[in-house]
Amino acid sequence: MARIEISGVSKVYPGNVEAIKDLSLSINDGELVVLVGPSGCGKSTLLRMIAGLETITGGTISIGETVVNKLEPAERDIAMVFQNYALYPHMSVRGNLEYGLKNRGTQRAEIDKRVADAARILEIEAFLDRKPRQLSGGQRQRVAMGRAIVRQPKAFLFDEPLSNLDAKLRAHMRVEIRRLQRALGTTSVYVTHDQLEAMTLADKLVVMNGGVIEQVGKPLDVYSDPQSLFVAAFMGSPGMNLIDIESLRAIGADLPGSIPTATGTVGVRPEDIVLEKPAGPHLTIAATLDAVELVGSESLVYANAKGIEKDIILRSSGIHRGNPGDVLALHIPHSALHSFARESGRKVAAA
Amino acid sequence: MVENRPFLNVLTHLVLILGVAVVVFPVYVAFIASTQAPGTFFRGVTPLLPGPAMVENYAHMLTEGMSTSGAPPLWLMLINSTWMAIIITGGKIAISIISAYAIVYFKFPFRTLAFWIIFVTLMLPVEVRIIPTFAVVSNLGLLNSYVGLTLPLIASATATFLFRQFFLTIPDELMEAARVDGAGPIKFFKDILLPLSRTNIAALSVIMFIYGWVQYLWPLLVTTDSRYYTIVMGIKRMAAYADQQPQWHLVMAAVILAMLPPVLVVIFMQRLFVKGLVETEK
Amino acid sequence: MQTKRTIFSNKGLPYLLLAPQLAITIVFFIWPAAQAVKSSFEREDPFGLRTSFVWFQNYTRLFTDPNYLNSFGRTLIFAVSVTFLAMAIALLLAAAVNRLIRSSNVYTTLLVWPYAVAPVVAGILWWFMFNPSIGILPYALGQFGITWNHRTSGTDAMILVIIAATWKQISYNFLFFLAGMQSIPNSLTEAAAIDGAGPFKRFWTIVFPLLSPTTFFLMIININYAMFDTFGIIDGTTSGGPNQATNILVYKVYDDGFLGLNIGSSAAQSVILMLIVIALVFVQFRFIERRVQY
Repeated sequence: MARIEISGVSKVYPGNVEAIKDLSLSINDGELVVLVGPSGCGKSTLLRMIAGLETITGGTISIGETVVNKLEPAERDIAMVFQNYALYPHMSVRGNLEYGLKNRGTQRAEIDKRVADAARILEIEAFLDRKPRQLSGGQRQRVAMGRAIVRQPKAFLFDEPLSNLDAKLRAHMRVEIRRLQRALGTTSVYVTHDQLEAMTLADKLVVMNGGVIEQVGKPLDVYSDPQSLFVAAFMGSPGMNLIDIESLRAIGADLPGSIPTATGTVGVRPEDIVLEKPAGPHLTIAATLDAVELVGSESLVYANAKGIEKDIILRSSGIHRGNPGDVLALHIPHSALHSFARESGRKVAAA
Repeated sequence: MVENRPFLNVLTHLVLILGVAVVVFPVYVAFIASTQAPGTFFRGVTPLLPGPAMVENYAHMLTEGMSTSGAPPLWLMLINSTWMAIIITGGKIAISIISAYAIVYFKFPFRTLAFWIIFVTLMLPVEVRIIPTFAVVSNLGLLNSYVGLTLPLIASATATFLFRQFFLTIPDELMEAARVDGAGPIKFFKDILLPLSRTNIAALSVIMFIYGWVQYLWPLLVTTDSRYYTIVMGIKRMAAYADQQPQWHLVMAAVILAMLPPVLVVIFMQRLFVKGLVETEK
Repeated sequence: MQTKRTIFSNKGLPYLLLAPQLAITIVFFIWPAAQAVKSSFEREDPFGLRTSFVWFQNYTRLFTDPNYLNSFGRTLIFAVSVTFLAMAIALLLAAAVNRLIRSSNVYTTLLVWPYAVAPVVAGILWWFMFNPSIGILPYALGQFGITWNHRTSGTDAMILVIIAATWKQISYNFLFFLAGMQSIPNSLTEAAAIDGAGPFKRFWTIVFPLLSPTTFFLMIININYAMFDTFGIIDGTTSGGPNQATNILVYKVYDDGFLGLNIGSSAAQSVILMLIVIALVFVQFRFIERRVQY
């Protein structure tokens, strides 16, 4: 078990494509860190650099006390779970679990014990002698996890391990991975593009975009206090409503006096918009209803306000009964407003 | 799909039976001829029903051969052919699979050049470089040897390309997982790649065995010592004499024996044969 | 050129792995080919003591030699006939087998084995069938008043080698046509059937056009086969005769060089043949590159 320290790391591919730009990140012992971002943001590249599958162009990565820049993947004492599981198709489940231990010259008795333990924890004892192709997707996923666990490595690296599963199984495995990681207390880095997965799994959430870190923090902090436009829009489904402040001024919305002067865009989460007039200070936008998506437990209401380009989305619990063309008054409490700077898109604090 | 056309079904089978008949007929005639007693071919047309001398003819050819033609007994030539086919098969697969491994799993200077050098073999069949190749083999002292018979035929662009294609379809993550599991290049090749290539190796072996067996021009060039004759080239010598002394019953026994091993391989390993054939030519 | 996303970083190992293949290729392929090119520009004196550089004389002589031009013409007739016949018959048989469900494997087995027959053996089989004195086919032809003698008639000899070469190649073409037909999605022929196309119409308007990549590929392979792999058939039967009627290019190289010991001329012929193979391989790979997504 170990800390992972990433300092000033960059990755430049041939042809001067910069995938990671001067990135620093500390991962504490036993922590589950989730790297999340859209495809091409560099999250997988970063993970593969920690694993030793990509070379490091600049900066250093250390696992425990050792700088691992020049070490082979096998020498870094990490284990990895791949998106397509990468199980050795010609070996039995047992063979897959044993392979890494055998290569390290682990004693037979120790191998048997670890395999038995892992199989018990993951409930794959019944399949130990089957080949991977005889297993379902969920079972393969467990074997891939098992292959990581038996190694008792310093760190687990997960590369979108659940994205090949169907939605139900994915939700289930998410909980299991969380439970397992807690129980083992192994430092883990987990890459996903699914922000829901990121929110539910992470001790520490790292939102990446364009090869840099946009924000690091506890999942809820990142959600409720996004530090940039990108994070505001990326986290949450649907993401935050982002409205140009000038268009709000133009329709005479009642903006709070305390709003910072540098503000170019204001944002509001769909669940913070209400249809009944709230008690505290707020602003109100008149809009016409465009469409309603009924999700069951809640409804997403798409409304179009004159002078505002994009639809404003609001989330209301229960079933919203309304028809397109209905006129709505959208109330936004001043306390729910987020301000982002005009040029940089970074959050600006209230004056 | 519902299709009720009895006439077309009959026609289909008719076409196929006719096709099979045309394909099989020459071999049938050859087999019948190989069962005839000596003297049958002094006059008249080849019979179409088996004669009485099958056992004698085959036994004679296997143990003594047609001494007048200067060819050794068939058993020797059959052994030579078997060796030649096996060595060529093993050699081609061995050097091709490691070449493909180098090209796919490593990056190094002159990699593309190496690929093109291998590719060039496709453009230089032995038939177009007979004399200089013969000169090389002769200078190396490899005439009348198994090495001379097989080594120059072992280079194989098709086998290399097949393995390259196959390796490219293996997910990258498999190699990455093996590396994380502590396997180096040799271990990965031995533990993962080789077992995964089993079917391809088997399919290719079938094709290469046939390739090695049916070689004709090359053994004709490099063997003058009858101890190294292969059956396929030996037959030509016998046939050339059969016209002067009508011994077609013996020649056809040799023809049947020369065809039998590779044909049996095709029939009994049809699935691998088809896979090997269709995939190597892609 | 494509490699894996991650690669092994060893420096010496890949060269070691490539060494055997490259050594054999250079020693037995590239070096001899270079020698052939070199000797094609040289002439040896009759005692083989001195060679002199003669520029393109070997080539110009070839193209004014009626025997060589005849050989070109004969090769053309031979290659075109074999390619056409072997492909047409194979297409018919493949289409027939493709209609069947239960018995298709039996027919396939019965049709594919001639692939494993050596060309020289195929030649001898048909040489025997057509033997003018005892062969079964001249006897049958005689019943219709046709006399057959491939020892004296150039046409008969050509027909003989064409039949032998075709017979051997049908199996190969058959397998590729069948594989091609089986890879055409059933939904296409089903859609055509719903659109009212009968079996023959479906074949010519749906299946055959979709087979065109296979057809083109086979055409190149068959030309290549007929030009180079049929050496054994010629040597096992006519030896180029009678009177040069079946002396195709690949046989002539051997005949002039290895038997006739005319090194310069044979080398020039080799070089011309190499250029033909290179052209064929180039066409084949250019085309396949576009067809298959690597």
